Amino acid sequence: MKANAKAKITKKDLRRAFIKTIPVLTGYLVLGIGYGIIMQVKGFGILWALGLSLFLFAGSMQFVAIGLLTGGASLLTTALTTLAVNARHLFYGISMVDKYKNARRKPFLIFALTDETYALVSNSLDTDKMEEGERDNYFFLVSFFDWIYWSTGTAIGCLAGSVLHFNTAGIDFALTALFVSIFVEQWIETRDHTAAITGVLASILMLLVFGADNFLIPAMILIAVALTVMRKKKGITNEGGGEND
Amino acid sequence: MTNSYLIIMILIMIAVTQALRFIPFLIFGGNRETPKYVEYLGKVLPYAIMGMLVVFCLKGVSITGPTHGIPELISVAVVAALQVWKRNTLISILCGTVCYMILIQFVF
Repeated sequence: MKANAKAKITKKDLRRAFIKTIPVLTGYLVLGIGYGIIMQVKGFGILWALGLSLFLFAGSMQFVAIGLLTGGASLLTTALTTLAVNARHLFYGISMVDKYKNARRKPFLIFALTDETYALVSNSLDTDKMEEGERDNYFFLVSFFDWIYWSTGTAIGCLAGSVLHFNTAGIDFALTALFVSIFVEQWIETRDHTAAITGVLASILMLLVFGADNFLIPAMILIAVALTVMRKKKGITNEGGGEND
Repeated sequence: MTNSYLIIMILIMIAVTQALRFIPFLIFGGNRETPKYVEYLGKVLPYAIMGMLVVFCLKGVSITGPTHGIPELISVAVVAALQVWKRNTLISILCGTVCYMILIQFVF
C-alpha cells in the first residue's frame, strides 16, 4: 500500500528480532537437538530429520510424527492426527489475517507461523510501536530466525547428539516461560482482561474434562464460542486492544 | 515400511499442517476488507491463546506425581513476579528457566 513499506533490513532490525527471539533460540535449540537425537535413535538419518524440520516446521507434530512413522500408521490416521495436533494453527492464521494483510514475504510468514513465532508477532505491544517497513522486517526476521534455530538444533542433534553430555533437563521450560511472560505483560498493559481469562478458564475446564491429550480442540471451540457470544453482548469494545483503541 | 510410503506420510503431514496455516488467509485475506468479526477475533484471540498456550505447556504437570507440580508452580511464579517487577521478558524467562532447571536437577 505505502511506498515506504519496502524498507531494507537494518542492523537495528536484526538486533531487535534477535533479542526478541533469544527465548525461542534456547527452547528450539534444545528441543531441536532432542528431536535430532530421537530421530537418529529410531533409524532416521539427518536428511529425514532435517527435511521434516525445514519443510514441516511444527515442533510438537514432529515428535508425534516419529510415532506415526515408526508405527506404520495408515495415511488416514496420519492426516487426522496431524489435523488434531495442529488445528490450533487455524487460530493463529485467523488472528494474523489483518496484521499480515499488506506484509511482504507473506507466504513465508504464513508457512513459518509456529506457536512461538505467533506469540512474538501477534504481540501488538511490540509491533504497534513500529513503522510499517520496520514491522515487515520484524515479522520476517522473527519467523526466519525461529526457522533457522529449529533446523540448526535438529542438525546438531543428528550429528553430535551422542557426544553432548551437558545436563539440559528442564531447559525447555524456556518456552513455557516465554508464554507466561507475554501473558503477564499483556495483562499489565490492558484494562479489559476478559479474553485472557476466557483463554485460561476454557483451557483448564477442557483439560479437566477431556484430559491432556485431547483438550486443545475442545478448548479452541469453547474459546471461539465464548468470545463470539461476548462480542454480541457487548458489541465491539476496546477489549484487549490496549489503551489506544 | 518402504521409503516411498514414509515420504507420502510426511507429505500428508506437511500438506495438512500448511493447509491449517494458510486457510484463514485464503478465506479472509486478499485485497478485500477484513470482515469485522475476523478483525475482532484478531484483537482478542492473542490474549486468549496466550492463556491457552500456558495451560498447554503445563498440561503434563501432575499434582499427585512425585514433585506435586511444585517446581512448575514456583518457576511460573518467578517468571510472573519478575515480569511485573522488571517488565523485561528476557530477564523473566532466563531466571524462570534457570530456577526450574535447578529445582528439577538438584532439589526434587
